[in-house]
Amino acid sequence: MNDLPQQLANGLLLGALYGLIAIGYTMVYGIVQLINFAHGEIFMIGGFGALTAYLWLPAGTSLLFALPLMILMAMACSVLVAMGAERFAYRPLRGAPRLAPLITAIGLSIALQQAIWAFYPDATKSRPFPEFEGGRIDLGAFAIGRGDLFLVIAAPLCMIALGFFVSKTRTGRAMQATSQDPDTAKLMGINTDRIIVTAFAIGAAFAAIAAIAHGVKYGEVNFKMGFIAGLKAFTAAVLGGIGNIYGAMIGGLVLGLAEALATAYIENIPGMSQLGGGAWKDVWAFVLLILVLLLRPQGLLGQRVADRA
Amino acid sequence: MTTDTVTPAGTGTPVLHASGVTMRFGGLTAVRNVELTVNSGEIVGLIGPNGAGKTTFFNCLTGLYIPTEGTVSYKGKVLPHRSHLVTQAGIARTFQNIRLFANMTVLENVLVGRHTRTKEGLWSALLRGPGFKKAERESEARAMELLEFTGLAAKRDHLARNLPYGEQRKLEIARALASEPGLLLLDEPTAGMNPQETRATEELVFAIRDQGIAVLVIEHDMRFIFNLCDRVACLVQGEKLVEGTAEVVQGDERVVAAYLGTPFEDAPGAEEVAEVEAAEAHATDRAPGPDSTTGATGTTSTTGPEGDPK
Repeated sequence: MNDLPQQLANGLLLGALYGLIAIGYTMVYGIVQLINFAHGEIFMIGGFGALTAYLWLPAGTSLLFALPLMILMAMACSVLVAMGAERFAYRPLRGAPRLAPLITAIGLSIALQQAIWAFYPDATKSRPFPEFEGGRIDLGAFAIGRGDLFLVIAAPLCMIALGFFVSKTRTGRAMQATSQDPDTAKLMGINTDRIIVTAFAIGAAFAAIAAIAHGVKYGEVNFKMGFIAGLKAFTAAVLGGIGNIYGAMIGGLVLGLAEALATAYIENIPGMSQLGGGAWKDVWAFVLLILVLLLRPQGLLGQRVADRA
Repeated sequence: MTTDTVTPAGTGTPVLHASGVTMRFGGLTAVRNVELTVNSGEIVGLIGPNGAGKTTFFNCLTGLYIPTEGTVSYKGKVLPHRSHLVTQAGIARTFQNIRLFANMTVLENVLVGRHTRTKEGLWSALLRGPGFKKAERESEARAMELLEFTGLAAKRDHLARNLPYGEQRKLEIARALASEPGLLLLDEPTAGMNPQETRATEELVFAIRDQGIAVLVIEHDMRFIFNLCDRVACLVQGEKLVEGTAEVVQGDERVVAAYLGTPFEDAPGAEEVAEVEAAEAHATDRAPGPDSTTGATGTTSTTGPEGDPK
């Protein structure tokens, strides 16, 4: 059975999703050296924001027409929560030992998860997310789900826009400068507080896009989905070299491919038939992380060797 | 203190006025009640042994430190204690240890320096409207002018970390000038430079002054300072000891004492100072070792100055 192209396509799609979320980890880390463990929940809240927007519309509205409103709503929810977290949870701790904001982030992650569980109607179980109608799209060597089209279009667009933003615009340059030397950046007239908020907001907006992609791909959202997705995206960010936005994209794709290929092929290796299949995919993802950390601790594209949390 | 202040004729209005600036770190007073004015069109030098508080004073001026007491005003307005607002107001600086954005190109470093003088909306950038492209072009043209001015135009696309040391210093100056300052603070601009490079820097500072930018410069190279500055202030153990023209400061026994660590019991005449200097010059000719005029002996100046001007 030659299903390699199909597995590669699955891996790339999954990887693009991880990459979109990983941007949030890597941008925030690059500027304030904080691992924002609440980022997975920012992603999850984007999903519920999009669902809310869809439910506002009259029943039976085509998903395609609903999509712009859902994107706006998802971004608004994620960005607001992220900016609020930055302003009220992280900013007061700037200059505190690095453990303090890290623990705050973990606490915030639990609080946000439980808040959705407690206050969003029926969120104690998975809520169905609208899906595109129609079957899978056959592209010859492989087929992709209709929902995956959103990811196929959105992920490259987002990445290109971000690359342009960071390297070619004034704010993007200010962001690079702040990540390299915050004090000097201040003396260049850069309002570093605003740059930090911008980094949180961009990461959150990308997470919101990823949340919609995740929703239309799997057909549901739930309050726990941020945890494992966040962990995978964080892995992708570290894999690519945390602090490097291109690293986050590459790391996501590598991780997605590794997961897909491990799921499909590990069981064919003699003696490892027990270790294949979907149940083990997370294990292989983290094995890859461990290998990269052992062999290339700064990540695939990373430069900084010192001070990793 | 005010008796020592000399304002040479022909200079304009005050650009910078630091009044009663005191900086304490816990029990240590790094800067004590320093009064300093820089007028437009002036080059003012700030000298003093290592650890005298010169860089701390610079940090107070630029909002990196919030002075325990005292205020700093620029063109009559009291400056806020936020570095980016200080830069916006019109004060730019360089650093004692080079602090370029090492992983950005030469041109990008200068463009970052222009941050406060450019505007850009999020949407205009994302949509890349004609206004955005025009603003980018103008900003780049201005940055290139500064690179021409400092002689770095040919290296615009090099990464800052790959430049040789002297050029990194120049790039720091270009980046500081990019914010279109009215006052430039230079923190040891010639540290580690050879005599040719030092002379080139001298020319550069004069050219900057001729553009109407006032300059306040920290330096240990006395020849450089006395050639360059209209007025020199000497800081010792956080206090301003003397301020005046190069001749006045050069001839002041307390300054010499602070640098050489030798209290002069009998008030020495100018001849004695000249003798000391001649001896030093002789010594440096023979052995290119520690040059006492560059403050290498600053560590020995634990002896307090005799006459406190306050």
